[in-house]
Amino acid sequence: MSWLSDFFGDPANWSGPDGIPARLLEHLEFSALALALAMLVAIPLGLLIGHTGRGGVIVVISANLARALPTLGLLVLFVLLLGTASILPVIIPLVLLAIPPILVNTFEGIRGVDPELRDAAYGMGLTGGQVLGRVLVPVALPLILLGLRLSAIQVVATTTVAAYTGLGGLGRFVIDGFATKDYASVVGGSVLIVLFALAVQLVFTLLQRTTVSPGVSRRVKVRQVASGRETT
Amino acid sequence: MGEPLLSRLIADGPPSLWEWIARNWDTGRVGSIKDLLGDHLVMSLVPIVAGLVLALPLGLASARWRWLYQPTAGVFNVVYALPSLPVFMLLISVTGLSKTTVIIPLTFYAIAVLLPAVVDGLGSVPDHVRQSAVAMGFTPLRRLVQVELPIAVPVVLAGLRVVAVSSISLVSVGALIGQGGLGMLFTRAYQNPFLPPVIVGIVLIVALALVADGLLVLAQRLLTPWVRARRAS
Repeated sequence: MSWLSDFFGDPANWSGPDGIPARLLEHLEFSALALALAMLVAIPLGLLIGHTGRGGVIVVISANLARALPTLGLLVLFVLLLGTASILPVIIPLVLLAIPPILVNTFEGIRGVDPELRDAAYGMGLTGGQVLGRVLVPVALPLILLGLRLSAIQVVATTTVAAYTGLGGLGRFVIDGFATKDYASVVGGSVLIVLFALAVQLVFTLLQRTTVSPGVSRRVKVRQVASGRETT
Repeated sequence: MGEPLLSRLIADGPPSLWEWIARNWDTGRVGSIKDLLGDHLVMSLVPIVAGLVLALPLGLASARWRWLYQPTAGVFNVVYALPSLPVFMLLISVTGLSKTTVIIPLTFYAIAVLLPAVVDGLGSVPDHVRQSAVAMGFTPLRRLVQVELPIAVPVVLAGLRVVAVSSISLVSVGALIGQGGLGMLFTRAYQNPFLPPVIVGIVLIVALALVADGLLVLAQRLLTPWVRARRAS
């Protein structure tokens, strides 16, 4: 416990480029950048594959392969190959590992929409794009957001590990502290990362509560007239 | 760190992987590839097995007493969100720089994935099947072992496949506290910039994961012969 007060009580840890606020901001920046880039690739691709139904096998295989790939190995590989002149060699594996959870959940979400619902939307005269935007995406939103949450968890963890290959962020406290046997820094940094990860988890849980349509999340009672079933 | 290895790679051609493997496979000293492979197997297998052993009773209890499920699943959901490296670091003060420090968090991640799988698996048992078993005079224990658990196998094994593959790849993060199995090849390659250890490490870890996944698919086929019989008919 004295390690914690040593770390958080030291005013030197609260200012400068290697202070807690700066490192926290870096961690947020790198994680957000990687997640945004991954979303940019994975969501359109997942919507397309889910909507057309083509290429689903590739999605599932890529998701399994990504789970098997060791993050540390990928980080070291890219940094050794491309050098440390920029942060690009570190960002590439971060993005690569963030893509599969979003991709597979977007795909599964769209594909899992009740075909009757889809047909009804087409029957009402909606175009393909409208069906996707007004029916399929809202219904698939819980799974899409689950994919985003899993990916965000992954990115926060990988950004931590990436401190080993020279990236900034909260992982620095842990990695540098461990290397110099400064255990106050190790423990303090670890606690900060854990809190950061919990905050991210909380944000995505709240996002899910607020953005998913009440009818989809079954927060309101829906009477299904046609089948006579009642779902709550 | 010196020049990027990519430029040297283009100049010198691919590294002699096989020669490096042959030289380092079994040196008789600590840290040979064979040694690391053994460590890696232990550190990934123990969490997979322990996770299953612990998730089964937790899942059974959660399926039996539904009020238990939400809070238990909630706790493990939070645990699952914790990055492995800081958890390893915080555990060092309790378990030291040992394999246990890596094994304990991985076991918790495994439970986090397997608990919902066990509960969903038991939930997938059709009500009429359960009632038939009761009507045939099965005791609750016999009903569980001979009827409900076998029917839950596909869902539980699907979760176990995720656990196996991610445990095998996650062990390598332990290299940052000196306990990473094959992950030690990554830190070694980084400290002394050299490509072959990284490639060998990645390939071996992915291969291990694929083998484990294949074995679990095989186990599923053996444990649920009725699935194939139904498909064939």
